[in-house]
Amino acid sequence: MLRLNDVKKSFTEPDGTRLPVLDIPSFQVAAAEQMVLVGRSGCGKTTLLHVIAGISKADSGKVEVNGCDLAKLPEAGRDRFRADNIGYVFQTFNLLAGFSALENVLLGMSFARGKASAERAAALLHRVGLSHRLTHKPAMLSVGEQQRVAVARALANRPKLLLADEPTANVDARNQQQIVDLIRETCVEEQVALVLVTHTAEVAEQFERVEHLDEFNQAVASV
Amino acid sequence: MSLWKIAWRSMQQRALASWLTGLSMALGVALVVSVLVIHSVISGTFSRTAQGYDLIVGAKGGELQLVLNTVFHLSKPINNIPYSYYKEFTEDEHHRGKYAPYVKLAIPYCLGDNYEGYRVVGTTPRMFDEFEYARDRKYEFAEGRNFKHENFFEGVIGSLVAHQTGLKVGDEFNPTHGVTDDEIGHKHDAFTVVGILAATGTPNDRALFVNIEGFYLLEKHAKDPPAKSVAKKEHQHDEHDHEHDEPDHEEHDLATNGHHERDDEPGHDEPVHDEPGHDEHSRAGRDEHAHDEPGHEEHDLATNGHDEHDDEPGHEEHSHAGHDGHAHDAHDHGHAHGPRKPLPENQREVTAILLLTRQFENPIKSMALSRDINDEPLVMAVKPSVAIYTLFDSIVGTLELLLLALALVVIVVAAIGVMVSIYNSMNDRRRDIAIIRSLGARRTTVMVVILLESILLSLGGGAAGVLLGHLIPRALSPWIVNQTGVAIGLFQFHWTVLEFELGLRQVTLTFPTEPVLIPGLIFLATVTGLLPAMTAYRTDVAKALSMSP
Repeated sequence: MLRLNDVKKSFTEPDGTRLPVLDIPSFQVAAAEQMVLVGRSGCGKTTLLHVIAGISKADSGKVEVNGCDLAKLPEAGRDRFRADNIGYVFQTFNLLAGFSALENVLLGMSFARGKASAERAAALLHRVGLSHRLTHKPAMLSVGEQQRVAVARALANRPKLLLADEPTANVDARNQQQIVDLIRETCVEEQVALVLVTHTAEVAEQFERVEHLDEFNQAVASV
Repeated sequence: MSLWKIAWRSMQQRALASWLTGLSMALGVALVVSVLVIHSVISGTFSRTAQGYDLIVGAKGGELQLVLNTVFHLSKPINNIPYSYYKEFTEDEHHRGKYAPYVKLAIPYCLGDNYEGYRVVGTTPRMFDEFEYARDRKYEFAEGRNFKHENFFEGVIGSLVAHQTGLKVGDEFNPTHGVTDDEIGHKHDAFTVVGILAATGTPNDRALFVNIEGFYLLEKHAKDPPAKSVAKKEHQHDEHDHEHDEPDHEEHDLATNGHHERDDEPGHDEPVHDEPGHDEHSRAGRDEHAHDEPGHEEHDLATNGHDEHDDEPGHEEHSHAGHDGHAHDAHDHGHAHGPRKPLPENQREVTAILLLTRQFENPIKSMALSRDINDEPLVMAVKPSVAIYTLFDSIVGTLELLLLALALVVIVVAAIGVMVSIYNSMNDRRRDIAIIRSLGARRTTVMVVILLESILLSLGGGAAGVLLGHLIPRALSPWIVNQTGVAIGLFQFHWTVLEFELGLRQVTLTFPTEPVLIPGLIFLATVTGLLPAMTAYRTDVAKALSMSP
């Protein structure tokens, strides 16, 4: 499902020197597999998710998602591929303030190949327990509710892979478990592979597979 | 979700800024549209109004001023010309004017008085019986009837005058000397309103028309008669009299004498009242407005009699008695009223003569007519349509172009306002753009969203502007009507006429100008939206996503 080979990514420092951020000889996730990625701050977790999602481009190596090498696609192609195949849940939810809950989910469908379906969006919101909040704007929702909208939006296009970047970092303890449960359950229902980044041990220990990025990212090891 | 909706939502999110930039665009477009509307209405009305007459004859001087005075009731008053000129365009059993064969209709116009600021015109009933104010459009009366030649102190009023002054059929009004209501003019004898003209949409809606015979009898309206009878009249100066005392008296006298055999009987000026019945009847006619009573007939007959003989002496006393006995304010000045018989022609003047020429029957001569008239020492003939065209071409056209240019600058400024507003918002929206990108939108997509927002703001503002541009002239209409007599409808469109050659064929395209604004606005919005759109295009998604919300 997800296969990374010799992926290298570096940033240019203000003084012009290159700072290696990612150097991953191999990393794989099977279809519908759920795994957690942990690591200290600055070890490249978010950058790795960006590279997998095609938001950033790897300097070299192979980033194969669902049989397609993102490293070979131009930007517009990666954008389209992301819309069709990858869901993304952010730490800060990243809902658009001007759009209602339903519209935020519909927005997630707007750039994919399939036609945006209000029924599908409403059904997803119902699934995450927000059928009474369809027309509410994000500001009128609690943080827990906002993250649930974000989960619904990430699943809107029936992606093959869901990337969740510290989805529980901004919610309280009670909501934290609900969100994790929701993400895991829906991923099972929709047959979506899940890569979840977290700092929280309580979350990480619920997963069978936990990878430490500092350990397999050689860019970190070399620093 | 369509990109339009995304753009719309983003506008809603910054509602205040969007409203304000939309409003500035609306004002710019409204300015352009109202300039177009007012121009089309005014030029249309001006040229249509000026079509009513073929030629206007008046004292030599400003051609435009003559047209403005006679057709539009505007501008400063002009000099008068001797009545003899008018006679040259008319014929009756006693006299055949030298231009009469070339003229279908000649209407005398006497100007110089006003009523509450509206100009009073002394003319003949034929003005409304036989003239058309535009092609194929005869005057009609909303109320009452036309004034009658034999009832000297009758008049009709334009629809706007009726509306503004509240004068009704049967009311009396006292014209004041001078063309404007400066409140120092002398109040004249009263005329009775016998008819209210139906609205014509021409300047005649804001004028009053009185029987020229009555007009002549008003104080100071008689010109000094030729030498011998000057004695009685003090020389009073006003616009009409003093400017025309000297020039070409000879010519004038000759002309006057030429067809004035009847006027020179003695006893002209001695008031010897000897018509007791007249007083009675005058009272009835003036105060009860019972114009159609049998008694009136009598008066008419009597007046006609005057017309024939011109020399019934001494009406002064009778009219005086008639007025004072009834204590009309206006009649209480104690001025001596002129004799109630027609003013002798040698004391008459006219301000202008409106002509309908026999164009089709004698085309060559009719073309020569205005040249012949211009050869006369005192007068000139003006084609009103040509004068108006010249006015529009030289002054109004340039002014309109200037106004349009200014209005376009306002639109450009508004467009820049749209750009600044969106551009300033880009900082706050970088994160939103990154989110949309993370959902799979391409760079070009977010760029288009920003352009659409710019277009929506410009077109929305533009649409409001078009509406406003029609509403503003409509709202100003009462004022414009008051100033020019031109009424403006809500849906008045400016038409552009394009003529060009396509191969061998001459092609004429006529289309309303306003829709041209739409592609213009879209183009402008695209150009000004490009700068913020490029910012959206260049947004670094990874970096923007890592910004704290």
